[in-house]
Amino acid sequence: MTTSPTQTSPIEDSALVRPFRLIGRSVLAGFREIGRIATFSGRVLLACVTPVIYLREVLRQCLKIGFFSLPVVGLTAVFIGAALALNIYTGGARFNAEQFVPNIVVVGITRELGPVLAALMLAGRVSAGIAAEIGAMRVTEQIDALLTLSAKPERYLYAPRVIAGILTLPLLVLVADIIGVLGGYLVAVGALDFNGSLYLRNTWNFVTGNDIWSGLIKAAFFGGIISLMGCYQGDRSKGGAGGVGRAATLAVVGAAVLVLASNYVLTSIFVRLGL
Amino acid sequence: MIDFSEKPILELRNVHKSFGDKHVLRGIDLTVAPGQSLVIIGGSGTGKSVTIKSALGLMTPEQGEILFDGQPITDPKRLDAMRRRTGMLFQGGALFDSLTVWENVAFALLYRDGVSRAEAKRRAIETLAKVRLPASAADLRPAELSGGMQKRVALARAIIATPELIFFDEPTTGLDPITADAVNNLIVEQVKALGAAAVSITHDMASVRKIADEVAMLHEGRIIWRGPVSALDDSGNAYIDQFVNGRAEGPIQPAI
Repeated sequence: MTTSPTQTSPIEDSALVRPFRLIGRSVLAGFREIGRIATFSGRVLLACVTPVIYLREVLRQCLKIGFFSLPVVGLTAVFIGAALALNIYTGGARFNAEQFVPNIVVVGITRELGPVLAALMLAGRVSAGIAAEIGAMRVTEQIDALLTLSAKPERYLYAPRVIAGILTLPLLVLVADIIGVLGGYLVAVGALDFNGSLYLRNTWNFVTGNDIWSGLIKAAFFGGIISLMGCYQGDRSKGGAGGVGRAATLAVVGAAVLVLASNYVLTSIFVRLGL
Repeated sequence: MIDFSEKPILELRNVHKSFGDKHVLRGIDLTVAPGQSLVIIGGSGTGKSVTIKSALGLMTPEQGEILFDGQPITDPKRLDAMRRRTGMLFQGGALFDSLTVWENVAFALLYRDGVSRAEAKRRAIETLAKVRLPASAADLRPAELSGGMQKRVALARAIIATPELIFFDEPTTGLDPITADAVNNLIVEQVKALGAAAVSITHDMASVRKIADEVAMLHEGRIIWRGPVSALDDSGNAYIDQFVNGRAEGPIQPAI
């Protein structure tokens, strides 16, 4: 339902009413958007788990979303691991706890920074890329062409991207975990006079399966969110090059905010479950 | 002459479509007989594209009925059944740029009908030959082709599954007159070979004269004139006269 802005209102348009009307309008618009995202996500997720699934497209997207994101995720992880080690060292020195650098680095990376930062990098790289690609397909009538050829966009375009996001982000995070620990190790051994083999042994003995698993589960959620937001904004884009640019921006912002918000929700669930 | 009095393959009854407060289609009534080539003419923004997008179910009209082969297109199943029997050539070609030329042409075979890749490629190359494209073009990407070649690939994609009804959205827009004429010839030839009906929209009068059996003029959301292409020059209709002769002066206001 759309209501035209010219519609006359039963309440007089006084200066007193106007702010409330503005608030009401944006709240309604917000709920409408949430509803649209939810129905879109429902449709696409259903297409992810019901036949037909186009395996060739899934593989192509895994390569594009996962493999080609390795450099950016690796670089992010190595620097974060290094900076984290330095910070924990200086912070820990205040109560003589410098020796816990390897323990805190590995937990911080696997539980939090690995998945979240990899997801934020992918929100930039992948969400924007998907939104721009789908948006361009929308404005050049390629989505209409798909429909006339009896191919559903949610099956042919969106489901493969979402499946690829869910499958590849955990793998990327696993790589980020290893490289992040390596970054901490390099700084600890190179600049902070830690013993290398002791550092690695401490890391290995301290980290638990739950630390790693909880991060990977988060990553799967984030991967889905990132691809979904890209597809959603691309699908909705209209109005030529400007519309495509807007779709890419909205996708990045939406994906980043949703990643951070869902990170909190997932973390609190894991804490409650004792994971 | 073909007898066009039989049951229409496509029928639009009192179709209305608005965007916001812009009332684009204000009651379109249109019938297309099997094997007939109807060209819809009209100025920019009169709703030509909206008409065929509504007919294809890409847009949902607020009011009115669309019948394909006597059946109203009401639910997704019927829409899907209709799309299997129709083809569409989009204005810009709308080729999938992530796929090769042959994958584009054979898209319906590969992703809808489950034909094997080898067989699909063979049929794609066969269809490319029909639109005078060499087999060597099959493995190129759409972006590597000229505008005229892209139109031909799009035509091949529209005809590969032997449709009974084909829509053409401004098939010659953006082409030089010689290439446009070649594309027109191909359209006439292929539509005839399939025995399909065709609904085209264009404002290129050369194209109209080449491909139309009948012409319908769309103005302000309604069909204001319809007749055989031979009647275009002495229609006695001021709107048709102005459009056919391309004059800025007349009952139709130029869209500037």
